[in-house]
This record gives sequence, C-alpha cells and structure tokens, in this order.
Amino acid sequence: MNTSSQRLLHVENLVLHFKTAHGAVQAVDGVNFDLDVNRAVVILGESGCGKSSLAKAILRLLPRNVERYSGEVYLQGQDVMALDEEEFRHNVRWAGMSLVPQAAMNALNPVLRVGDQVAEPAMIHLGVTKSQALGQAKRMFQHVGVPEDFLDRYPFELSGGMRQRVALAMALVTSPSLVVLDEPTSALDLLTQANIMNVLKRIKHELGTSFILITHDIATSSELADEVAIMYAGQIVEVGDAKDFFPAPLHPYSKMLMDSVPRLRSDADPIFITGQPPSLVNLPTGCRFADRCPFRFGKCDEEPPMIEKGGRKVKCWLHV
Amino acid sequence: MEENGKSGQGALLSINDLHVWYELRRFGFGHAGYVKAVDGVSFEMAPGETVAVVGESGCGKSSLMKTILGLNIPTKGDVIFDGKNLSNLKGHELRAYRFEVGYVQQDPYGALPPFMSVQKILEEPLLISGVKSKDERLSRIRKVMDEVKMYPADDFLPKFPHMLSGGQQQRVVIARAMLREPKLIVADEPVSMLDASVRVEILKLMHALQTEHHLSVIYITHDLSTVKYFSARIFVMYAGNLVEKAATRRLLENPLHPYTHALLAATSDPDARNADTFKEVPPGEPPSLVNPPPGCRFHPRCAQAIAGLCDEKEPPDFEPEPGHQVSCWLYQ
Repeated sequence: MNTSSQRLLHVENLVLHFKTAHGAVQAVDGVNFDLDVNRAVVILGESGCGKSSLAKAILRLLPRNVERYSGEVYLQGQDVMALDEEEFRHNVRWAGMSLVPQAAMNALNPVLRVGDQVAEPAMIHLGVTKSQALGQAKRMFQHVGVPEDFLDRYPFELSGGMRQRVALAMALVTSPSLVVLDEPTSALDLLTQANIMNVLKRIKHELGTSFILITHDIATSSELADEVAIMYAGQIVEVGDAKDFFPAPLHPYSKMLMDSVPRLRSDADPIFITGQPPSLVNLPTGCRFADRCPFRFGKCDEEPPMIEKGGRKVKCWLHV
Repeated sequence: MEENGKSGQGALLSINDLHVWYELRRFGFGHAGYVKAVDGVSFEMAPGETVAVVGESGCGKSSLMKTILGLNIPTKGDVIFDGKNLSNLKGHELRAYRFEVGYVQQDPYGALPPFMSVQKILEEPLLISGVKSKDERLSRIRKVMDEVKMYPADDFLPKFPHMLSGGQQQRVVIARAMLREPKLIVADEPVSMLDASVRVEILKLMHALQTEHHLSVIYITHDLSTVKYFSARIFVMYAGNLVEKAATRRLLENPLHPYTHALLAATSDPDARNADTFKEVPPGEPPSLVNPPPGCRFHPRCAQAIAGLCDEKEPPDFEPEPGHQVSCWLYQ
C-alpha cells in the first residue's frame, strides 16, 4: 500500500454536512480511505449512513444546502479539492472519474437515441468529433455487452438490464480511471444482477478501471470487492482487504451486519441488530455504534481512534 | 405435501388450472392479443402451511397474488378457498373473504396512508368490518400491536408513518393484515425494501406469528436465500407457469429445473472468493407474455434444451421424486 505510484485515490478527512431546519446533518463526517489502481472498494452501509453523500462529496456533486464541505481528495496525485468548479468540471469529473448514479437506467433521456447519449460526454469532455465519440461509444457497448445496433435505439426499446449497461457505458466512454457506482444492481432482477456483476468484473480486467461500489447488498458486493469499507452514521468504522474482511470482520457492527445476511449455502441462523442508527443531526460524542453494541464498556463514551491491525483499520476501542 | 386429490378436500387454498390474461387493445378498441400473466397454474395449500413463490419481475407472480386476494378475476380456472369458489362470491361474501386473507405489501411506506396516524390506519379495517365499540377496537389494536412487538403501543398509536423507521412501518402493515385474524397471509416481498439488519427481524416476526396462529402464508420473493427461514415449500415461477414445486430443503439440495439451477447459481453468499470467478447466467431475457415461445418457455435460454421436443411440446409436470414436481422434459 506504500507504493504511491499505484495509488489512484486518496481521501482524507472528507466532510460533507447539510443545512436543515433541524440543524446540520453530518452525512459524511471525516472519511478517510485510499484506493489503488485497478482495485475495487465496496462502501457498505445501511440506508441513511451517508454512503450516497460520500459519492457526491468525492465527485463534488453538491446540492444547495451545504453547511460544510472540506477535506482532501487526491486523484492520481492531484489535489482536486484545490481546483475551482470550472477546472474540476473540465478535467476531473467524467475525464478522471465518473458516476453511475442510483437508478441510472431510469435517468436516460427518453427522446434521444442511446448511442448519442453515450457519445455526448466524450464529445464534451474529451473534445472529440461526433463520429469519434460514436466509435468510442460502440467500443464501450462491446465491453458492457450491448449489441452494436442498439446504438440507434431509444431507451424504451431496451430492458432494464440493457439500460443499466448503457448507463455503465456512458460512465466509461471518457475512459476515466475511476468509476463510482451507486447501488448499480438494486433495482434489477436476480439474473440481471449477476450479469451486471459479470460485466463489471470483465471491465476491471479488460480496461483496468478502478471502482467505488456503494451498496447495502453485502452478498452481491462480494462479487467485485477487493477492499471493503463499512460505513456507519457518517463515518467509516472498518476498512480492509476483502479476503480478510469477509471471513472475519473486526468491528462489532461489521460482525453483526455480516451475521444478519441470510445465506443460501449455510444453515447459520441470521441475527438482527436491535435499535436504530443515531440521527445524523444529533450524534453521540463517543462511539456512534455504542448504543446498539453488545460489547460496550466505559471507554466507548469517548470517540475511538482508527486502529491499524495487520493492514486493516478498525474504529473500535476493543481492538486497541 | 402429498397429492391429496384434486377435490381440494383438506386444503385451505386450492388453485386449479388458473389463467389470468389481460386483454391488449389497439387504440383503445380492437383486440390485439392477451398478456398471459398466469397461464395454467395449479397448487394446493394446507392450513398452516407456508409456501414461497420465487420468480423474477414479470413472471406473473403479482398477478397470481392479486387473483388470490380477489383483486383480479381469473380468465379461466378456479381459486377455491376453504371450500368456496372465489369466482362465485358476491357482495358481502366477497367482503367476508377479504377479511380472511391478509396482505403484506412490498413497500411499507407506500402502503400506509401518509395523512393517517397509526391508530387511524389500524382502526379503519375494524370500522369497515363493523366493530362499533371504540373500546373494543382499541383493545384489539393494542393486542395486535403487542403481537408485532410494537410496545408500548400508546407511544406509536398517535404517530404518522413518516415518523417510523422502515422496520416499524412494516410492522404496522403486518399488524393491519393480522387485525381481522385471517387464515391466509399473502406477503409480497415483505422485506426487500428494508435494510439488511432489519430484514431478519421482520422475517422472524412473521414466522413467529405464522406458527402461533397456525396461519397459511404465501411468501412472494425473488430472494432464494431468505426462503428457507420461512417456507416449507417453494414454487418456482417462470413466464406465467410454475416450473418446479418442492419442499424447500429438497429444492435447495436437489434443484431439477434448469431455471432453478440458474437462480441458485446467481444467488451470492458474502464470500471474497466470489470476485475471482464469473457467474453462469443463461443468455437472453424472459420471454414476452403476449407471444410466449412454443413448447417449454425456458427453452430459448436453456443449455440442455432437446431440439424437436422442448421447442415444440409444452412439458407437463413430472414427479421424479415424491412431492417434487418439475415441468421439464429432462425428467420424463
């Protein structure tokens, strides 16, 4: 992890708070993680933990009610937080990293041919001609497994799985080194989900793209994960290599989350986590999971540090 | 379950050769074909039995469910509940039938009226069914709130749906379905909109209610990994037909239909080794229900299809082992 030449993304102390009538919603509250070239990190968390806000914070796609937005984001060694909006839009978003937003397959423009929609980002962000952009779109269609003649079709002529592939092709058409996927399979059927995960794996091998996969679906996420980051109440509480994480998660929340997954190939009785995550407006001062944690002890009233443990990191006093 | 005759004796619910077709019209009039959403489905359910109907979107499982709930009229075939044929029920008989069947919707927030408090939501079915005394209504609501483990009930009764978490909303939906002491509950993907940590809690709650009240439950889902915690039998549905019916354990241990194989192979367990391999997925997509392919409806996607047979003749139900039926020519 020390070879900085391989380092693609470095996120340090990223903060995104929203202004609301009830106070500041601390959706992303001091997130740190790194991603190397041609790796995929899965950000796992339950609804309302701030995982979609994290995607927005990385890509600087901010709504109007931002209370606080700070931290460091380095993409390929470049400090992108220092760029102004115009530079960021020109050189980073799409060209450097792109997003497949949640329910992207339903966000395609219904009155434009999908080929033109996929080609458009290439024309705008790479400055190529329309025919070059269409050629690039055609190549991306091959990578994501959409037949070439679909370039001339309209979104309503495609099935959900095909539209999701088109959305993926659009994110890839500018050849970004990083693609952020927000719940890419949650609205799809089982077999279509498996197909899309196959496509993502293939793209990772063929194009060397890195991925940030944001999801609540633990089982499906393991199809792509090189690294796993568990998010809880605006913070990452555990991050580590998938090969270490899945057999033995460290944080009590990660453990319970893993034990709550019903499994097809095991008879273990799944458990559930009692209680609810804290409100992001009114966060406790100590460990944010303490109220639901069966291992709570005196120390947990103070905020735990991120502890390094054999290449993994966990934010929990138990592992000091 | 044993084949206990076609008469439906001893069964709570018996579905015989059910067809639900929707007519397509061109420009508002003129016949343009049918969407054959349910096309020849038969099964029986004993009192207190739980079955899961597993299939992908567009396979007809919602049409099947709505017909059982009395919301769709069968095009052909019968739904017989407790000895009564649903097609013959009229007026207050149909209303009485609907009290015997509870419905748990997929999206709890969409299923609860946003402008009604929990108390109002739960009082309404009782008002409609003619419980006049307010005290009795409240005592029944308290009892059912207790059963879905929402206590103290008085904390929740004045709340509106948006003030509840997803899990609590789904509990209210379950409480509403349980109010009239139904014999059958139809649960349409009851946990798919919930977070992982809450999912199991709701499934266990439904299982406890099912055992305690000796309820029959039809659990409609696409998620095979949750089925074994809940259902005794699984029906696999594809393009309007039930292609495989078996006891849950047998189906998971010894799946027969190629489509069932595909569903099981596509279901992931959380395991880091998944990232090293590709999944086997049958090519193509489920067929149009307007013009389904001749013969077996899965044959265009099936690697084991037998030319001249699977693409011509519709497979009947074969029973390669007792209680395990499969509609596939490989098992003739």
